[in-house]
Amino acid sequence: MQLDPKVPGGPIQDKWDNHRFAMKLVNPANRRKYDVIVVGTGLAGASAAATLGEAGYHVQSFCFQDTPRRAHSIAAQGGINAAKNYRNDGDSVWRLFYDTVKGGDYRSREANVYRLAQISVNIIDQCVAQGVPFAREYGGLLANRSFGGAQVSRTFYARGQTGQQLLLGAYQALSRQIHAGTVTMHPRTEMLDVVVVDGRARGIVVRDLVTGKVSSHSAHAVVLATGGYSPVFYLSTNAVGCNVTATWRAHKRGAGFANPCFTQIHPTCIPPAEGGHQSKLTLMSESLRNDGRVWVPKEKGDKRAPGSIPEAERDYYLERRYPAFGNLVPRDVASRAAKERVDAGYGVGGSGVGVYLDFQDAIGRLGKGTIEERYGNLFQMYERITGEDPYRVPMRIYPAPHYTMGGLWVDYNLMSTVPGLFVIGEANFSDHGANRLGASALMQGLADGYFVVPYTLADYLASTRLDPIAADGAEFRGAEEDVRAKVQKLLSVKGKRTAESFHRELGDLMWHAAGMSRNAEGLGKALARVPGLRAEFWENVNVPGSGEDLNQALERAGRVADFLEFAEILVRDALERNESCGGHFREEYQTEDGEARRVDDQYSHASVWEYKGPKMEPALHKEPLEFEHVKPTQRSYK
Amino acid sequence: MNFKLRVWRQAGPQAKGHFQELEARDVSPDTSFLEMLDILNARMIEEGKEPIAFDSDCREGICGACGVMINGVAHGPLPGTTTCQHHMRHFKDGDTLVVEPWRARAFPVLKDLMVDRSAFDRIIQAGGYITADTGSAPEANAIPVPKAVADQAFESAACIGCGACVAACPNASAMLFVGAKIGHLAALPQGQAERPDRAVDMVRTMDDQGFGNCTNHGECEKACPKEIKMTNIYRMNADFLRASCKLQK
Repeated sequence: MQLDPKVPGGPIQDKWDNHRFAMKLVNPANRRKYDVIVVGTGLAGASAAATLGEAGYHVQSFCFQDTPRRAHSIAAQGGINAAKNYRNDGDSVWRLFYDTVKGGDYRSREANVYRLAQISVNIIDQCVAQGVPFAREYGGLLANRSFGGAQVSRTFYARGQTGQQLLLGAYQALSRQIHAGTVTMHPRTEMLDVVVVDGRARGIVVRDLVTGKVSSHSAHAVVLATGGYSPVFYLSTNAVGCNVTATWRAHKRGAGFANPCFTQIHPTCIPPAEGGHQSKLTLMSESLRNDGRVWVPKEKGDKRAPGSIPEAERDYYLERRYPAFGNLVPRDVASRAAKERVDAGYGVGGSGVGVYLDFQDAIGRLGKGTIEERYGNLFQMYERITGEDPYRVPMRIYPAPHYTMGGLWVDYNLMSTVPGLFVIGEANFSDHGANRLGASALMQGLADGYFVVPYTLADYLASTRLDPIAADGAEFRGAEEDVRAKVQKLLSVKGKRTAESFHRELGDLMWHAAGMSRNAEGLGKALARVPGLRAEFWENVNVPGSGEDLNQALERAGRVADFLEFAEILVRDALERNESCGGHFREEYQTEDGEARRVDDQYSHASVWEYKGPKMEPALHKEPLEFEHVKPTQRSYK
Repeated sequence: MNFKLRVWRQAGPQAKGHFQELEARDVSPDTSFLEMLDILNARMIEEGKEPIAFDSDCREGICGACGVMINGVAHGPLPGTTTCQHHMRHFKDGDTLVVEPWRARAFPVLKDLMVDRSAFDRIIQAGGYITADTGSAPEANAIPVPKAVADQAFESAACIGCGACVAACPNASAMLFVGAKIGHLAALPQGQAERPDRAVDMVRTMDDQGFGNCTNHGECEKACPKEIKMTNIYRMNADFLRASCKLQK
């Protein structure tokens, strides 16, 4: 496997401009002769399909949901960053670039991040033109707020539903192209394999989730925008349908998987209820940390109601430990600090798993109306789930898996190690390093989809000789047979356990061994246990019904089977990376203050795993990372 | 907590459906309604029976995938709340819960509690957007939008496309859904250029998809999990009338 990042030459601020000029174009009249497959309709997938459709390509778009508007980008609450500097507070492209590289703990590719910061300003223009109802000031201009980890106000938002509004903008742009006939939409259709012909991605195999029919689609290029893999931990803030299947199966066809151990734990989620059958954890936007204060009782195991604990007996531990950033420290720092307090016995709530996020001061200072204006829908959601009123009683929060920085390796053009297979949005590994800053996921998804892949994909098409191909060649038939065989195998085990019970067991194992903090011993044990669990799955899973119609248990079992394979490279990657950085916290590598300690001389690289076969160990390749502009320093948020 | 359930079972779009009696025992009050169905499904799989098919995804009330009738009420008894955000503490111990899919000609049942809502997508495709090719946008602050206008646009844009309005309406009308999108885009300066065509094209498509007409029952507003207001329907009607006269379409 060759890892050529293909970063263009020249000064960093000119790389993208120069590259756009150097790339080849496809003549407008020829574009309709090219078929492009886009899998996934979140911010990245919908924006890419819409933009490629507008350009005139013939696009096939796929999603497993009943409509493209339901992709999980819809649930992003807080906002989207852009270096507009509307607040005149010292923001710039350079500063957003710097903050993102630093926030990613120096494990991202500088050139990609700089491009992201450059493009950020265009995204806001585009979304406003589409009618995205961003928050406004009384004068009618766009409002901003500051967001976890940033000292400038560069986050644009639409109440606590920014992801929903941006996704509807992209969905509407996509709908316009469906109406115009440039995009053909395939909802309730799950991608189950990538078809590689003569070393290039030339199509996919899908299963129609209503009829059960397995079929192939051919194209000149394939774009995966299928999101992250947080549900490998079972309980996460992701939708219950989110899965690793598309990226994992592409990996098995030759796409390198980069940094699978870089997972992000979100500090502000509603804690799991005691002994429940919870199917997911609900995120409370971390914008809440702008006005909420995090605390636990100073006394261990203090079971008094929060209102009866006097001010002097509260420990505002983030403000105490990090006076400069206080409640706005980055996500990983806030998450570990919460875990540290809970593990030490200071946790609150019935289960003792949680810390308070208190709005009394903010309500006193700004009035209930302002808090309601800013967070009304979040407060309402919290009350629905917990039965407690956060205007009166502090919220209880605890960290939960939320976003995965790792993903399929891509070069500067967002192409994977399989030529013709592009990967965008959360599904790739590119821009966030070891830790993503708040409000940067929406920015990256839309940057990739609206402004990067439409150019780089055109360059690939214009500079590559791609013979016509039909979806019934040997490679397609072979891949289809593999998919059908796997479906039959799942149905024929007829064991005793549900796929969900295996998923829960895997998640529990992963959360404890490879969740918020990790150590070599725990990871070693997990690496030994995952294959056993996988073997039991294939001997004892019970999937009812048939493959010939709508069968949700079958869909789920297929996804769990892939998580059971994928989990192993996540653990392996975490074990191999003998340092702490960003979301990857290895207990053996910490400073005296309990902060992450990087080992730059050995691990300043992206770890890229190559699939070698079912019984073989994967091979590790490394893309060295060089930092010309942002010199690595030990992060300090004190 | 214990519950008796009567759940609609239907093998496929053409099959004849029926109610199945089930029991949910020892359910924690903190379990969500859909998690209660998950538990039932796990038990049925273990007993070798076919689990209940239902749509859901985000399970935090924003994706719009879920939604069933619970005792004849779209999404369930709580106002402004999707099915996934109902918890069993919101019901009474020992209750009988009748669980059915959305019922509307334009939303054919696919299986059990799942329906086909693609008619909503076709309505949006007919004009529920502002034409703005990628890259063609002016500077974002070039056109100020008064805060009150942006807020009003947001209120309409908050629609999650779940279809509860249609399910709740005695006429199976989609006017709250369509009105919300027309209202969102018509409120903004960016949406003015296509405003007349949008209203006419979306309303015509809505009729073609087999949705009924509004007769002011107000059930849609009551059922809407995002509390979208019926004023959107009045604005849509006004836009449609004005545009039909002007465009002579």
